[in-house]
This record gives sequence, C-alpha cells and structure tokens, in this order.
Amino acid sequence: MGIIKRIESFFNYVGNLNIFVKDIFFWLFSGKRNIKNLVREIAFIGIDSFGLVSLISFFVGIIIAFQTAYQLRIFSSEIYIASLVALSLTRELGPVLGALIVAARSGASITAQLGAMKISEQVDALDIMGVEPINYLVVPKFISLVVSMPILVIYADFLGIIGGYIVGATKFAIPFHFYFKMTFDALVYKDIVSGMLKSVCFGAIIAFISCFEGFRPFSSSDVAKVVTNSVVRSFILIIIFDSIMTAFFYFIFI
Amino acid sequence: MIKVIDISKSFGEKKVLDKARLTINDGETFLIIGRSGAGKTVLLRSIIGLIKPDSGKILIDNEDITYLDKSRLNKIRKKIGVVFQGNALFDFLTVEENVGFMFYQHSNLSREVIREKVRETLELVGMRDIEDLYPYELSGGMKKRVAVARAIIYHPKVVIYDEPTTGVDPIAVDKIASLIEDLHRKLSTTSIIVTHDLHVGLKLADRLAFLLGGKIIFEGSQEELKNLKDERIIQFMKGSSEGPIKETEV
Ligand SMILES: Nc1ncnc2c1ncn2[C@@H]1O[C@H](COP(=O)(O)OP(=O)(O)O)[C@@H](O)[C@H]1O
Ligand SMILES: [Mg+2]
Repeated sequence: MGIIKRIESFFNYVGNLNIFVKDIFFWLFSGKRNIKNLVREIAFIGIDSFGLVSLISFFVGIIIAFQTAYQLRIFSSEIYIASLVALSLTRELGPVLGALIVAARSGASITAQLGAMKISEQVDALDIMGVEPINYLVVPKFISLVVSMPILVIYADFLGIIGGYIVGATKFAIPFHFYFKMTFDALVYKDIVSGMLKSVCFGAIIAFISCFEGFRPFSSSDVAKVVTNSVVRSFILIIIFDSIMTAFFYFIFI
Repeated sequence: MIKVIDISKSFGEKKVLDKARLTINDGETFLIIGRSGAGKTVLLRSIIGLIKPDSGKILIDNEDITYLDKSRLNKIRKKIGVVFQGNALFDFLTVEENVGFMFYQHSNLSREVIREKVRETLELVGMRDIEDLYPYELSGGMKKRVAVARAIIYHPKVVIYDEPTTGVDPIAVDKIASLIEDLHRKLSTTSIIVTHDLHVGLKLADRLAFLLGGKIIFEGSQEELKNLKDERIIQFMKGSSEGPIKETEV
C-alpha cells in the first residue's frame, strides 16, 4: 500500500472510530438498561482477568521491592521500599498493567464475540428488528469495562503491596504495621485519584477499540485479523494516553 | 410493492451492483437468482436499508427508504421479515427469546402472552416443545425453521429468504421449500427468495429476476424465461461450464 493510501486509511479509521464513540455516548444516556445483565457482565470481565491480574501484580510488587531496595541500599534506607512500591503501583503500574491484561483477555474476547455476531448477521438481525446494535451490544460492554477496571486496579494495587511486603518482611525484617504505615503515609489522595482516573480512561479505550474492531469484519477470514488489531491498538492507545495523563497529573496537580 | 430503481453499489474498487432495477408486486413469490458472489445479498440488504446504495433508490409502498431517518426506516422495516442466510439466531438467547424478540423488545406484553405467541408461531413452522433450547442445540433444518418463525411472528407483509436451502441437507431442502410455499399461502405475504438453487426456486416462483454482473439481465414470469434466447441464462439453467459466463465473471 502506498504511503498516501495509508495516511488516508488512518484518518478514515479515526473518523469512523470517532463517530462510533459519539454513538456510544448518545446511547449511553438515552437507552434503557437491564441492571441484572450489567452486573453479570461486570462480574464476567472481572473474573476473566482476575487470575492474571493477581499473578502479575503480586510479582510486580516483589520485583519493584527488590529493585528499589537495590538502589536505596546506597543510602541504607531500605525502609522506604514500602512507599515506593505503593506509589509506583497506584500511580502507574497498577492501572497500566491492569489495562494491558484486560485488553488482552476481555478486549480480545469482546472483539471475537462481536465479530462472530457480525459475520453471522446477528448484528443485522438486531438492526432490522429495530434494536440499535450499539445500544444493545456495545454500551453494556462500555459500562462494564469502565466500572470493572478501577475495581480490578484497586485489587492489583493491593496485591502488589502485599508482594512488596513479603520482600520487606523476609529480606529486611520490616514489621507488618510499620510497612503499612509507610505505605499509607506515602499515598496521598491524588495518587489514588489519578490511578483511578487512568483506569477508567483505559477501560473506555478498551471498550471503544474492542467493540469497534468487532463490528468491522464481513467475512470469517477477517476475524483473526480484527482480534489482533483490537489487542495491539488498545495497547498502543493505553500507552499513549498513559504518558499524556502522567504528564498532565505531574504538571497540573503536581 | 417494492421498486428497486437503478441502484449501484461499490465496495472499494469493486462494483457489485450496477444500476440494478426490479419490481416486486404485492402477494407474489419473487425469485432472485444469480451465481454466488453476484451481489444478491447486497441487493437484499439494500432493500431492507442495511446498506446505502451509492446511487439509485428503493421504494417500499411508494416511500423512498434510501434517505430515511432511523425511526421512519424502522417503521417500514416492521413490514418486512428477514430469514438470513446463516439464520442469524442470537446464540445467547433461547428459542423462545429469539422468536419472541420483537415483542420482548418493543411491546409491554407479559411473558405468558409472548410465550403463547411463540408457541403458536413455532407450531406454524412445524415445531413444538423447543422453546427453552438454545440455537446450538438444534439441527440445521430446525434452526432454519426457528429463523423463519422469528421473521413471521409479527406478521410482516413481506418475507425475505436469503438462500433458504443453502447448507441444509437434501431431505430438509424439500421440506423448507414446502414450508415457504405453505406460509406464503397461509399468511398471504409477498415472498422474496434469493437463491442459486434453481430447482427449488423455480418450484415456488411466480416471477423471477436474474442478476449478473451487477445488473438484472432478466425480469419476468417463468413462461417468459422459457421463451428467452439469452445464452447466459440458458447456460445458467443448464448448469453448464460452457458458454458466455466465464469462471472469473460474477
Ligand atoms: N461489506 C462489504 N464490504 C466489502 N465487500 C463486500 C461487502 N459485502 C459484500 N461484499 C462483496 O460483494 C460481492 C457480492 O456479495 P454477496 O451479495 O454476498 O453475494 P451473493 O450473491 O453470493 O449473496 C462479494 O464479492 C463480496 O465480497
Ligand atoms: Mg448471499
């Protein structure tokens, strides 16, 4: 494909995605919702990523603890690993890792599921029976992702802190109450808030991309491609928005 | 009455419909034939407003649906039931929820009332006691019947069947054909059947149209078709690989 074509198709993509997102917000506020289904979807997304999030955040907690201990050793102030583990997790690693995991697990499965519905004409069947596919299929996914992301991230932060504590306790004999005092002293309101804001934003990105890609295929040979696209594009956007938001919080909220 | 007036549709470079035009009268069984990939589904999708043609227009009971807003379009769509090629049953819903979908979504009828309507409609397509099964628990022929039930439960004026016998085993093919014929009589609908299976198609059709190269190259009754001297149609009718239609041409 020529470079001009590529640029053209990129802007085309962005334009269509933009319309799609607008539609989601339109239906978000005007559609009827079934609360029971929503709760089920939220639980589903949570359960889907629960195992991986537990595993990864726990070990990341351990890794950060060792890494910071290694550097803090110079000042003989290993006691601060508690604060550093807590800060890096809540501000940065919890939301980002959580989002990458959810994009790979739930994002991919949402794209595959919608893609299968699209090529088997179930999406068209909804449409001709007067049910707006975006309202019926996409908005519930959007809400569930935006709600379940912060919950997963709080859980990930917590497990990571436990991982850090295990290193602190076994290697440096930091007492339990002291480790947690150091943890919560370091954390201020805005660390938690910025982490939560990020996770909500990442949840929305995953919903936009995974659903948008899911509606694109028109033959079964496209499904594998859109699932890959869904994960890769979510990853890229998550990292880009993470840097933007990190810079924003740094300069605006300090 | 459905009038398709000179619609064209391209996907990228590829021109799928090229000024296709046809007229479907009320109450008739109308057959659209063409090779696979000829654009039959694209034509159907244009008729129900799932695809916007690049040019031309579509009149349903004298109303141009090409540029209607969604709510007007949905009103007109209530006149039409569609049986999709792959049935398009919602795989996360039971047979009852599938067949009663229209009513569950758009009416305040109680579950009991809807269940009763579903039962009646399933009976009409020759099935019973499958309300609580999921689509994946049904055989190919049964799925087709459920899809038909979902399309006719709200008594549309027009029922569209996209390749109703493709992928159904040979014995079920005849049964599906007689079901379509039966429903056409009982419900006095207009039936539009799209197929490349001439054997079934010609048994049912009052009139037919032949789609080739994005154009309707023939529209008329079966009598008129027989008297026609068009080489391309004769080749298609004989199912022969020798003739003016080449393998590469759709
Ligand atoms: N949404 C789409 N995007 C791109 N190409 C399409 C799309 N829908 C159909 N086509 C192409 O249009 C042609 C006609 O398709 P179709 O109407 O499904 O044929 P058929 O007569 O077998 O039903 C095919 O070559 C198909 O690849
Ligand atoms: Mg087709």
